[in-house]
Amino acid sequence: MASTAEVIRPISSSEAASAFGDGAGVSVLAGGTLLVPDLHFGRAQPERVIILGDAGLNYVTRSNGTVTIGAMTPVVALVGESSPLGPCAGSIGDNEIRAQATVGGNLCAPAGFGDLQGPLLALGATARSAGAGGERSEPLDDFLADRSGRLLLDVSYTEPATGAFASLGRPHAHHFTVMAVSGVRTTGGATQLAVVGAGAVGSRLGSAEALAGDPDAAGEAAAADVQPSDDPLASGWYRARTLPALVKQVLSELEASA
Amino acid sequence: MNIVVNGNNRTVESPPLTPLLHVLREELDVLGPKAGCENGGCGACTVLIDGAPRRSCLTAVGSVPDAEVTTVEGLGAPESMSDVQQAFVHYCAAQCGFCTPGMIIAATAYLEGGGSADRTEISEALAGHVCRCTGYLKILDAVAAARDGNFDLSTTAESPHTTVLT
Repeated sequence: MASTAEVIRPISSSEAASAFGDGAGVSVLAGGTLLVPDLHFGRAQPERVIILGDAGLNYVTRSNGTVTIGAMTPVVALVGESSPLGPCAGSIGDNEIRAQATVGGNLCAPAGFGDLQGPLLALGATARSAGAGGERSEPLDDFLADRSGRLLLDVSYTEPATGAFASLGRPHAHHFTVMAVSGVRTTGGATQLAVVGAGAVGSRLGSAEALAGDPDAAGEAAAADVQPSDDPLASGWYRARTLPALVKQVLSELEASA
Repeated sequence: MNIVVNGNNRTVESPPLTPLLHVLREELDVLGPKAGCENGGCGACTVLIDGAPRRSCLTAVGSVPDAEVTTVEGLGAPESMSDVQQAFVHYCAAQCGFCTPGMIIAATAYLEGGGSADRTEISEALAGHVCRCTGYLKILDAVAAARDGNFDLSTTAESPHTTVLT
């Protein structure tokens, strides 16, 4: 079944923002790994589809310790980054999927897909987006909490002193991530932790961060930061009991690499 | 719009949001790429788009205007197979064969990218194509042999499946 939506191919980010407007009736085609099957099978029936491939949003820039990643950057471009971002990117899908899927598409994907939320939340990333009211920059946490009507343009973060990543193993490249914890130690010495797979979107683990000097206590405290629920991948019970182990692993790696 | 398929310019009439897979199979009658899961998971639809392996089921044809698309048919013909195709035949590297077009495309991209004959690296390169059969040892042998060119093209009678899992 072919979608009959109007197709728009902006050739700049400003043109993309203009075509997106307030997002009403619009679907954004980035890598297409989620949207194309949804369009084909009629699960998504937007009025307009914006193909972002030529909008100039595929870039990774570094300036004075700040890294900025365009929304259309393919996931594979991040595989060589330092932990936690690189190892997380390398754990998504397979070779072809990593080359096709984009950072923006992953961050804005439905629950269960947004692996990159974890490392970028831990890195304290800022999200720059367009939409009603114009362009704005805000903490990624805030963007993820309500991204309706927003077109993500890029994310940026300050390079940390060190980082770590721990994920429940995937038995096959086609399996989705059950749960993963990302951690960084900033150049100022602060420990920042985030988890994906313990809620609809990734979240910071503030209670665990406050106890970062005691990995056992931090692991147990992390449960207070999330409300894991059941889904086809794992039960909330399993996730709640696994989270402390992942937090401890990340904190231990951070300590070891300090 | 136009795309180049296996070296031939083709005009596409399908709507731009049609998956490339269906443009190939249903409009252009190029049947090598297979419609398996149609959600990016099985790899059977994989083609080369401008030289890079991509899932054609996840690619809207309108997102790759003027692209050069290579399917398994474009790698060689029965009388002039590519090294990877020849190696797959020589090693009988298929069971049901449904995943084979995608396997061969991925293996070709892997080797053209300088991939080694290391079984672990080959497995990683083909990770997106593993389905349910038990024929992977022969596939690993075939890709490694295609890399090194150390197989006899004149025979397919004896399949030296020598890989031992450790």
